[in-house]
Amino acid sequence: MADQIIICRCEDVTKEEIQKLIADGAHTLDEIKRLTRCGMGPCQGRTCQPLIAREVAAATGQKMAEIKLPTFRPPVIPLKLGALAGGGEKDA
Amino acid sequence: MLNFDVLIIGGGVTGCSIAYHLAKSGCTRVALLEKGYLTSGATGRCGAGFRQQWGTRTNCLLAKHAVAKLEQLAEELDYPGGVEIKQEGYLILAYTPKMEAQFKKNLALQKSLGIGARWVTPREAREIVPFLNTGGLLGATFYEKDGHANPFKVTDAYARAARRLGVEIHTYTPVQDIRLDGGIKTVVTPAGDFRAPVLVDAAGGHAAGIGRLVGLDLPVQAERHQILVTEPVEPALGPMVMCFYHNIYCQQSPHGSFIMGLGDPNEPRGYNTGSSWQFLMQMAEKAVRLLPVLKNARVVRQWAGVYDMSPDRQPVLGEVPELPGFYVAAGFSGHGFMIAPMTGQLMAECILGKPTSLPIDMFSLSRFSTGELFIEPSVV
Ligand SMILES: Cc1cc2nc3c(=O)[nH]c(=O)nc-3n(C[C@H](O)[C@H](O)[C@H](O)COP(=O)(O)OP(=O)(O)OC[C@H]3O[C@@H](n4cnc5c(N)ncnc54)[C@H](O)[C@@H]3O)c2cc1C
Ligand code: FES
Repeated sequence: MADQIIICRCEDVTKEEIQKLIADGAHTLDEIKRLTRCGMGPCQGRTCQPLIAREVAAATGQKMAEIKLPTFRPPVIPLKLGALAGGGEKDA
Repeated sequence: MLNFDVLIIGGGVTGCSIAYHLAKSGCTRVALLEKGYLTSGATGRCGAGFRQQWGTRTNCLLAKHAVAKLEQLAEELDYPGGVEIKQEGYLILAYTPKMEAQFKKNLALQKSLGIGARWVTPREAREIVPFLNTGGLLGATFYEKDGHANPFKVTDAYARAARRLGVEIHTYTPVQDIRLDGGIKTVVTPAGDFRAPVLVDAAGGHAAGIGRLVGLDLPVQAERHQILVTEPVEPALGPMVMCFYHNIYCQQSPHGSFIMGLGDPNEPRGYNTGSSWQFLMQMAEKAVRLLPVLKNARVVRQWAGVYDMSPDRQPVLGEVPELPGFYVAAGFSGHGFMIAPMTGQLMAECILGKPTSLPIDMFSLSRFSTGELFIEPSVV
């Protein structure tokens, strides 16, 4: 049961799935993000990335500080397209 | 010193597809060198759409065969979760009489090649995309077998299958230099030297940089393209909506998020992959006007990648005549994902000295010196 723990609640990814990928050779957060969507949810990984980093560290013997975080991409909070469009220039 | 039959530089969808197709044909002493992780270049940043609605025979056939391979990919490569293919069509919008005339010409060509795209009126377009703003629209072309797939999974599927067949894939291994000693190429990386008689440059936006290491002037330049994704919502948009007039495309992934991008005619050439606020506003403006229902969708992430642009916006494929054993598969100019299954097959055939399943002479590097450019009327 312990492995059914959800690590990424935005994208519904379990600890077991993450551990399997790491065992399969995905040793960076960038790779794990792209294969599982962990970090691509509305919170953009604020919740799950540190937890995944801990799994990578535990599996590979790296220190947490050595694990590179994926690039944080804008916008910082989800923005409605309608609100953004309102502020844009009009064009033909 | 590690010896191979073929070395591939670049771990995007192109390099991984070539690696797999070589190994499948029995050429398994292959190593692929990638400076970051697999898909860290354009592949992992792309819209990942595929369409068979092209304006030249060559591209129609290339795309048609590639899509047929993509449909079977998960099975062929034994990739259990699948590659998230969605085939609900491309709707390509026409706003000017000139576009309409060109699209109708394309349709006739496509029909002759067994691609069943059709002309739809604005009303019919609204039946396909109920919330489409049809203001100013003259009509559109639609083909339901076009669609998109997950680029990470497609690449991962090729890479895993290649590995199972014996290919070595070295990630985080940047190529720093190349030495030509007779027929043998020595590739220098921080992880040591790799040697092989055959070298494939599949380095995407960096292909010209690899070319320079062997004194080759490859006319492939990087050009930034920005893109964004929204939070997932209920399925609402079946097809990819594409508009050459406003220079935008928008699709909803099987996961529910909307993915959209635009081409900026003023984008300078270069390796900038930063995201701009201006793109966000412009994209929002155009997308909401075309598909008003999007106004409530929330953008969660924007990013950018580079197109590897060639002078005629068509790839360079094949061996470089002055450099025997040096092959190029680059210059995809924004549509390399969709043809990658065929790029891999054709490049493997060409490297192994077999007849290619489709002609590729028109993609040779020499076209830029002879002036026989490949003109495709239907590109973004
Ligand atoms: C925003 C955007 C949207 C797109 N939308 C679509 C679409 O809808 N449909 C479509 O078909 N195409 C699309 N494309 C284009 C598509 O992404 C590319 O044509 C395709 O991914 C090219 O794959 P590739 O493997 O040739 O190149 P890349 O994926 O760029 O791979 C090249 C690899 O080479 C590596 N490399 C570079 N230099 C070195 C070195 N010195 N040593 C080792 N490795 C090195 C890079 O790290 C990179 O991983 C889009 C592109 C962008 C940017
Ligand atoms: S918890 Fe993983 S993206 Fe939000």
